Amino acid sequence: MRYSGFQVIKQGLTGNKGWKPVWREPEPKKSYDIIIVGGGGHGLATAHYLAKKYGQKNIAVLEKGWIGSGNIGRNTTIVRSNYMLEGNQPFYEHSLKLWESLEQDLNYNAMMSQRGILNLAHSDSQRDAMARRGNAMLLSGADAKLMTADEVRKMVPFLNFDNARFPITAGLLQPRAGTARHDAVAWGFARSADQHGVDIIQNCEVTGFQMKDGKCIGVETSKGKIKAKKVAVCVAGSSSRVMEKAGMRLPIESHVLQAFVSEGLKLTIPGIVTFGAGHLYISQSDKGGLVFGGDLDGYNTYAQRGNMPTLEHVVEDMMGLMPFLGRARLLRMWGGVMDMSMDGSPIIDKTHIDGLYFNGGWCYGGFKATPASGDAYAHLIATDTPHPTATKFRFDRFLRGGMIDEKGSGAQPNLH
Amino acid sequence: MIINHPTLGPRDAAEFVHLGDATLMNRPDWQAEDAVEQFHEYLYQRDNPAGDYRELWYHEQGDRSWLVVTRNTLTHEITDVQMARDVAMQQAKSS
Ligand SMILES: Cc1cc2nc3c(=O)[nH]c(=O)nc-3n(C[C@H](O)[C@H](O)[C@H](O)COP(=O)(O)OP(=O)(O)OC[C@H]3O[C@@H](n4cnc5c(N)ncnc54)[C@H](O)[C@@H]3O)c2cc1C
Repeated sequence: MRYSGFQVIKQGLTGNKGWKPVWREPEPKKSYDIIIVGGGGHGLATAHYLAKKYGQKNIAVLEKGWIGSGNIGRNTTIVRSNYMLEGNQPFYEHSLKLWESLEQDLNYNAMMSQRGILNLAHSDSQRDAMARRGNAMLLSGADAKLMTADEVRKMVPFLNFDNARFPITAGLLQPRAGTARHDAVAWGFARSADQHGVDIIQNCEVTGFQMKDGKCIGVETSKGKIKAKKVAVCVAGSSSRVMEKAGMRLPIESHVLQAFVSEGLKLTIPGIVTFGAGHLYISQSDKGGLVFGGDLDGYNTYAQRGNMPTLEHVVEDMMGLMPFLGRARLLRMWGGVMDMSMDGSPIIDKTHIDGLYFNGGWCYGGFKATPASGDAYAHLIATDTPHPTATKFRFDRFLRGGMIDEKGSGAQPNLH
Repeated sequence: MIINHPTLGPRDAAEFVHLGDATLMNRPDWQAEDAVEQFHEYLYQRDNPAGDYRELWYHEQGDRSWLVVTRNTLTHEITDVQMARDVAMQQAKSS
């Protein structure tokens, strides 16, 4: 069924009895051309683009839990393309362009809301670095605006501008950045993939790979063995655990990132604001809750929950930047397991095993990448060549010295 | 999380900084034939286990000692804490 304003009225007048389930729940077939392991945002987007754009048929997505149970349903929903390096920025700008027409492409309301992201600077050198980043963004075709302290003050007058230690000296604004409803993104991609014939199989954990003559010819799952010509892994925080079953070690550690939501408030914050002296990003959802987060907890973990010291730290940052929020009450908090790569950038690549592909290392910035990651991964799987915007996301970059290290801080699994 | 420091007793994990896998103590020989591959493994590749994990913590807000902590990455339960210095000395003895 195509969703439209007409349908909403028609269904509303006929007791809303005509709505259909958004995707089928098929049993797995014996074999597929392409199996995607992991039904998160990236897995579902990959299925959508494989079927719709690259003309592939006979595809299954195997998901251990339910659609949306991973990081796609746990993130703070920020979508932006304000990276700097050559290997990254064109990819993220490609992604933002896909976001801008995603709802039409999927015929699904993902509540994409381009209300802008404002990164704050607190010193002269930070402002200069922002000017450089802004220029890199402009070169990639993205939008960027360097704001003086006065312009920032006009836009968000409620910030603590004259903090003795961290005064606000400037800001970098990307007006086209914004937020989208994370679950709706998963559901929209799932619905579209399903409509294009992809089997989405939930509660189906991949427990191993079937290998023959050094080639991957299928997977072992909790619902039995399934053959495939190509197997594409896309499991975010579980990357090391799954690829270990193919005998691979990855340049990835799993860490927890927490998110926090306040009670619903009237409109308080117009767009997304990030504090440049600590690590805090904050936006307001359409329901009115302030959605905010900060750094990783800082130790390896597969538990989808964090600890108190990080909460205290994030809230202290928030009080430093926006003291008027001190009386807002915290409503909910949760954590997601992140696939932290050693240079803060992702991998979309073939493995050394024929027929086995890998997509991961998204750190805590993979939501904004969802459409481009799906497009690039689908391109790689369908054509065996990397997508033009994703040529640098290779496994061997760590051995070759071709790291894409936005922060310039060396081998660390805690970058961004 | 509480880390039971061998000499200082139970301390809040917030006093510590986490570095990563305890294998980081075993720096490869830079003169080895395959030093490039060895350093690639050492610097970038990780086992990243789900379960027991031996890792380095630094007591920054305390006595500035390095500890080797064995912690379960699924439950956060800590089962063993040793001074990294003692672990290094044992390793040197047995090699
Ligand atoms: C608190 C938080 C805030 C974040 N904020 C942002 C943000 O503001 N902006 C942004 O761009 N990014 C953000 N991110 C990052 C973003 O959410 C992730 O990078 C992205 O969602 C990862 O890709 P995914 O959607 O495919 O992952 P997931 O949804 O985690 O998908 C992986 C799927 O694989 C499944 N799986 C695992 N093992 C197996 C197996 N053996 N067999 C079958 N299936 C398996 C899992 O169940 C899961 O559903 C945030 C993350 C968190 C946790």
